[in-house]
Amino acid sequence: MTEVFRLDRVSKKYINDGREFLALKDVSLSISEGEIFGIIGMSGAGKSTLVRTLNRLEDVTSGTISFYGQDLGSLNARDVRKVRRNIAMIFQSFNLLQQRSVLSNVMQPLRIAGVRGNERKEKALEMLRVVGLEDKKDEYPSRLSGGQRQRVAIARALASEPKVLLCDEATSALDPKMTSEILDLLKDINRTRKLTIVIITHEMSVVEKICDRVAIIDSGMLAEAGEVKSIFADPQSEAARKLVFPSNPFDPSEKDSRLIRLVFDGLSAGRPFIAELVEKTGHKVNILSANTRSVGGIGYGQMVLELPKGEEEQIIGFFKDRGLSVQEVKHSEQLHS
Amino acid sequence: MSSYIVEAIKNGIFETLQMTFFASLLSYVIGLPLGILLYSTSKGRILSNRPLNLIFGLIVNICRSLPFLILLVLLIPFTRFVTGSSIGTTASIVPLTVGAVPIVARMVESSLSEVSPGIIEAAVSMGASPIYIIVHFILPEATPSLLFGAAINISTVLGYSAMAGVIGGGGLGAIALQYGYYRYQKDVLWTTVTLLIIMVMTIQEGGNMIAKKARK
Repeated sequence: MTEVFRLDRVSKKYINDGREFLALKDVSLSISEGEIFGIIGMSGAGKSTLVRTLNRLEDVTSGTISFYGQDLGSLNARDVRKVRRNIAMIFQSFNLLQQRSVLSNVMQPLRIAGVRGNERKEKALEMLRVVGLEDKKDEYPSRLSGGQRQRVAIARALASEPKVLLCDEATSALDPKMTSEILDLLKDINRTRKLTIVIITHEMSVVEKICDRVAIIDSGMLAEAGEVKSIFADPQSEAARKLVFPSNPFDPSEKDSRLIRLVFDGLSAGRPFIAELVEKTGHKVNILSANTRSVGGIGYGQMVLELPKGEEEQIIGFFKDRGLSVQEVKHSEQLHS
Repeated sequence: MSSYIVEAIKNGIFETLQMTFFASLLSYVIGLPLGILLYSTSKGRILSNRPLNLIFGLIVNICRSLPFLILLVLLIPFTRFVTGSSIGTTASIVPLTVGAVPIVARMVESSLSEVSPGIIEAAVSMGASPIYIIVHFILPEATPSLLFGAAINISTVLGYSAMAGVIGGGGLGAIALQYGYYRYQKDVLWTTVTLLIIMVMTIQEGGNMIAKKARK
């Protein structure tokens, strides 16, 4: 598959009041054409900096970023502007011109690209049709809802026929229903227009819903990257576990008890294991946390159990016999995972 | 009031409006670009340039710290050079403009600074050049705020124009000074002052109304 972005050992250092701050450390990544690529991390992890290096809103301190094989760092100001017309961006706060009508907002990138008046208007109207807001063309952004404003921003981003769309926390200011609508729209655009989309978010639900692959950023470093499904089923890094698993588990009742984590894949989530365990063996386990979610239409789940003393091996055996993945969990890990 | 004074006041109103209009216009012709330069060359802005920003800032600050009355006197040779005379309505426009330019520039700078950095970032991400961003993003977004500022600036110029009466400028200020103050004609003094108040209020309120209408 064609590679859209390739990041090779990218680092970014800020100097603030004489103090150095390393926002990105040695990040290497590859984003392919046509995919929806998620970049997730807690706030302050460096994901916004990372996405801004992709269109050179931020210069990197070391390492290289190439866009379709072209080294972004080697371009002069004029060429950077040209490249940016292929890399559209939408934002958490929409960033629409408040003093301009919806139509005029959508026409901006075309005007920058030097498209003539009439053609500009037609193209902008076409984009407003794509996002379903043609009837709002003469409104001003202040009269639209958050979801509608983001739709206008998407229409504006698409107008110049970019190759990539960068979304910087694009749904973070929206309520769940609007978030869902915007994500559906992005997915639809990805499919119909073969547009590569890079999504920055701190919400796992966004990644679950539309991303093909995901990179997890933790304090400026790439913690883990891969297919969304495999990371959900079996997160390797601490940062990934924090994001995948629920954040407020119960405390174990005893300090020295053994804890296990059960991970279900699509098949086993349909069966009542805990009920079977209690019914067939009489062992009582303490559920500290449990979570199920649907990733790409397949159910995933995980559960952390505290085992009663003396019966640990039988219980673990019971789950293993039924094909469940069982991992030992340390108390410390459970507490802050 | 005798009829010649009534006639003088009528004439004064016209002169005051004339001075205010031309001085305001000229101060924006110079002050608006200067304000844009002050804004765009400051730290972290799109044409960030520290030495240039310091030089412009210094000039503006020096001009602003001179009391207007002193500026009037200091500028007499310059005024004579430009207009051929240092007294009268036309001559007053020169010091009024020079006095208003730094105020306009700072006011413009402050209006432009209110534009959300996100909008500028969006413009940069679209591949717009700095000049394009100023003309098509920053100025339109700042328009309501610029209009509020203009209402304040124009009323300030009107106030200053009254001071020009001291060194032989025309307008209501000169009448208030000559008839009202030097000749103790209290009725003339109060009439002219009332007229000045009405004019300032009309400009301020009218300007605010236009600015509010412009805000989408």
